[in-house]
Parts: sequence; C-alpha cells; structure tokens
Amino acid sequence: MSTQADDLLAFAERDLISMRDVSRDEINAFLDMAERFESLTQPVLQGKVLGSLFFEPSTRTRLSFSAAMQRLGGSVVGFADAKVSSTAKGESLHDSIRVVENYCDIILIRHPREGAARLAAESTRLPVINAGDGTNQHPTQTLLDLYTIRKTRGRLDNLKIAFIGDLKYSRTVHSLIETLTHFDNELFLVSPQSLRMPPDFIDELDTRGTVYTEDEDFFSIASDVDVIYTTRIQEERFPDPVEYEKVKNAYRIDRAAIERIGAEVTLLHPLPRLNEISTDLDDYPGSAYFDQARNGLTVRKAVLSLLLGVKF
Amino acid sequence: MSSQQPQSEYQPSIKVTALREGTVIDHLVAGTALKVLAILGIEFEGAVTIGLNLESSKMKQKDIIKIERREVTPEEVAKIALVSPRASFSIIREFQVVEKFQPTPPEIIENLIRCPNPSCISNEDRVETKFRVVRIDPLHIRCHYCERSLRKGEVVLL
Repeated sequence: MSTQADDLLAFAERDLISMRDVSRDEINAFLDMAERFESLTQPVLQGKVLGSLFFEPSTRTRLSFSAAMQRLGGSVVGFADAKVSSTAKGESLHDSIRVVENYCDIILIRHPREGAARLAAESTRLPVINAGDGTNQHPTQTLLDLYTIRKTRGRLDNLKIAFIGDLKYSRTVHSLIETLTHFDNELFLVSPQSLRMPPDFIDELDTRGTVYTEDEDFFSIASDVDVIYTTRIQEERFPDPVEYEKVKNAYRIDRAAIERIGAEVTLLHPLPRLNEISTDLDDYPGSAYFDQARNGLTVRKAVLSLLLGVKF
Repeated sequence: MSSQQPQSEYQPSIKVTALREGTVIDHLVAGTALKVLAILGIEFEGAVTIGLNLESSKMKQKDIIKIERREVTPEEVAKIALVSPRASFSIIREFQVVEKFQPTPPEIIENLIRCPNPSCISNEDRVETKFRVVRIDPLHIRCHYCERSLRKGEVVLL
C-alpha cells in the first residue's frame, strides 16, 4: 500500500494527457486526494500560476479549473479563445508552449485537434493537463465521473452501470467505459443501432474481459442497474432528420420510468442536457448530474495539487 | 512430332538465375509484393524478379522478390514489416547468403506512417509521426498523438 507521500512523489511534474496512461492505483490516488479536498480550505497553491490555454471555447472546464486554482490560493494567466493568441498569427503549438512555459508553473490546454495536449506535454518540462483535445480525451471529466460514482455508490467495483444514448461519438462515454475496464463491473450499452459503440471499444472490452450487454431497449435491462449514464443524442449526427426524430425521445428518462425501477439509481449526465433526463428528476435523490459539476471542482483541485507536487 | 509435354504433366516453375549481389525478400504475404516494391522505390540498377502467389508449405501462398545489386535499409525493413510482418530477408554477396533475418516487431513506429485522421495534430504542427504497436500480426497500431486505432489496410506510409 502506497503512502500519501509516495503518491505525492509519483505525480509531481507528471502530465495528465490521457486516461490510457493512468493505472487503477493512480486513479484511486487521484480520487483519494480529491476526497481530502472536500474539506480542505488551506491555500496550498499560493504563489503557483496556472497557464490556461483554450484554443477552442469551453466555459465549464475553464471556469472549473480557474476556480479550483483560485480557491487554493493560486492564480491563472491565459486566454479563452485562440483568436487572441499568437496561433492566429501562424505560430506553431510547440512555440506557443515554449513561450508560455516562462510565465507559469503548470499548463492547462484545450485544443480542437486530437493529440495537441500530448504534443504540448512533449514541448515543455512543466506538467501539462489535457482539458480536451478534439474528440480524443478529457481525463479530468473521466476522473470526476468516477469520483461521483464512488461518492454516491461507495465503490467502483461490483456495480451494474448502463450507458444510454450516443455511444458512437461521445468522448465522455468512450473514456469512462475504457477506464472502467480497470474495475470489475457489469456494463449495459444501450443505444440506437446507428449509434452503437465503435468496434475498437468493444474489442477493448473483450480483451479486458469486461462483462457487457449491448441493447437497443433500455427498459429490458433497467430494473437491474445501479448507475445510469446518459448522453445527448446530437441531431447533427443524423444525415436523415426522420431518423433523428425516431430516436430522439426513445432514451428519455423521466420520473415515471425511474420509479418503475424501484431501487435508487444514480443518474449521471455530462451536461448540457436536452431532454434525455426530464426536469422532474432534478429533485430525485439519485440524480447526481449537478453534483458532477461540483465534484469536478474538487477533482481538479486534486489534479492541480498532485501534478504541482504540493505537500500539505 | 512435337516435343511439348502432355498438359497433365505440366508443372509450373519459376526460373531465376542466382543472385551474385542483392537481396531476397521471401515469405511476403501473397498480394503484397507490389506494395513492397513501392516501398523500395522503382529505380533499380539490376534485375528485379517478382513471384506472385507462389505455393508455400508454410503460408499456402506467398510472394517473393529478388533484387540484384541492392541491399535494404533498416527503414525499408521496418516499412515492409508493416505490410508483411513475417517476411524474411536474405542479403547475398558473391552468391553467398551473408545475412538472413526477419524484422523485429517494433514497439514504436516513428516517422514511417501518416496518421489518416485529418484532425490529428501530427498532420499540422511539423510533428514527426509516432505509432504504438498494439499487435503486429494482424496489424493493430495506435497513433501516439490522437490515439486513433489503425488496422491492417488502413496504414498510409509516408
């Protein structure tokens, strides 16, 4: 069993680019640290500066990291739009990072191109956090999803977890499902035929021996689940609007549907939602989708502190 | 009277003169010889002999290439391994096989393949491409940058 000091040492000056780089023990260390931050109010990041580079707009992730940094006494420099950065003048990402590294202690990057965060990490000795690189990875979203599941269900193993909606294009779902292969759970993958999990991810589940069922009908498996993770079905994914109309309400969850299940189910959604989760579930005890946003702040405090190697 | 053999006794064969200097690339997956030639380029000084869909006890069918006065570079071997992982290479000097080897499956493939994902940063930022090998046969590799999986048939060589 590693000690707290070992955990701190192991993460200092590392990057957080992809959940594929993070082991089960490391996931637990991140989540344990996040738990400590639930009650910690000391300004442990005083004097530290976060370079926050948003080459594509994002409100929630950017605000959440800025708030985490500032709540812990640190400060933030950066930009929220690539138009105001030197990228607009044709500067390469590598050069942008080499310049910005002089102004801060840790770099946070969101970029429309897949792999940009990895390239940024290779361009600097500072720790780099990926806040989303195109359709590829968004590791702190996955960590906050895991943290929310652990906090509500008390564990990350022996759960029955259903993923509902767009399983083909959702980066959030892909990353969470892949990361859950480190743990021992039963997964239900519920989607219209046209939005099924891509074969690569199914292969990964088979290789890792994860137990899963693919289904088009949520209610055939609903009575058996502990956690439901829903995602938005995006209209722009359907070339034929008639096809979209057919499926858009097929995976809508409302109070009546949940009450048919009986036992309390944890409801998660990365937000923003359209009509996948009815507003009549907002006061349902198992609804945790707004808690995810709060947990995001806590998890990001832990990530910033671990990667900065702060001792407290 | 014709000296031709009766049709039923006809045996297909490939007549190839022995190489004095050069390379024999054997055990190529049937159908890949032309791709391998493309990897090696089309300008050769000496004779090139190509055998397609030859019978093979190990592989049922295979391709083979003999190239006169040309030795393969390590970079070419690595590229050929991507289209035909079990290929064997014999380097010939003065009619003798001086070296025989099979490509070692690499863990990382650098600067040999272009990422087919147009949105991958490696297609924009003057980056040398890098792929991690998940499995060599059948080929499954993953872009180090965008993490996109590539399978046999999807690989685009630089």
